[in-house]
Amino acid sequence: MSTIPVDISPAYEPAGYGGEGFFATSLDKVVGLARKNSLWPLPFATSCCGIEFMSTMSATYDFARFGAERLSFSPRQADLLMVMGTISKKLAPVLRQVYEQMAEPKWVLCMGACASSGGIFDTYSVLQGIDRIIPVDVYVPGCAPRPEQVLDGIMQIQKLAESESIRRRDSLEYKQMLSRYGIE
Amino acid sequence: MIEYLPILFMFVVAAGFVVFTMVVTHLLGPKRKSKIKLETFECGIESQGNARLPFSIKYFLVAILFVLFDVEVIFMYPWAVNFKQLGLAGLLEMFAFIGFFLIGFFYIIKKGALKWE
Repeated sequence: MSTIPVDISPAYEPAGYGGEGFFATSLDKVVGLARKNSLWPLPFATSCCGIEFMSTMSATYDFARFGAERLSFSPRQADLLMVMGTISKKLAPVLRQVYEQMAEPKWVLCMGACASSGGIFDTYSVLQGIDRIIPVDVYVPGCAPRPEQVLDGIMQIQKLAESESIRRRDSLEYKQMLSRYGIE
Repeated sequence: MIEYLPILFMFVVAAGFVVFTMVVTHLLGPKRKSKIKLETFECGIESQGNARLPFSIKYFLVAILFVLFDVEVIFMYPWAVNFKQLGLAGLLEMFAFIGFFLIGFFYIIKKGALKWE
């Protein structure tokens, strides 16, 4: 078995001013560092992408090393909504409610062709992409994506979480973005 | 007394840390208290009715009976392991224990606690 070529680094200190026994940096960076390395995903797995996610969680790919050890099956404690699989139109309000009940700040990772665009299911009953009902941060293409791709998607989410301003979720821009999806 | 002062400090620091982090997270953390956000989480489905409903007393009876017989079996295991050392006295004590138990068992059967219909 070959090794997995993923560029992984431990959580280093952010840029700042340090000396003998002290370190000073901006609050944004500290909060970003904490958020980046302690994402709690909510797996919304509806089909085969969920099976790939199970393999991502297991020992070979070891999702837990990204600080995402603890999967949350309640939206209350989750930071990251991982939508994996076909979302039918009947399930759409459920997904939307789960998204709305998550605590801020929250990110959405959309895994696989079905969740991103409806995939091969171009029919009356399937939602043609979850970005019609909720905002999506990262799309992972594939049918189904390999665990390496999921890990890459997670690392993209980590970059977003790390670089996000702590004021962003209170900003008018963010509220306008949500209101475009009809979310209060 | 003075040598216990560090323990007091430790309590003050521990409580202070909790208060500090709770206050800071409430000030820093973004919040969105919309109506849907504050609704009961029922896996994304609308909740039906009230959760505080009266349950049938049978659930309670079954649970209590299960606990009683469970404890009886738990007592029997160490007795069975030490059966030879405890000898006749142990045997009689266990019979007495089971006897008391069976009296209670007959009592609940007479009272009709196990009649389901």
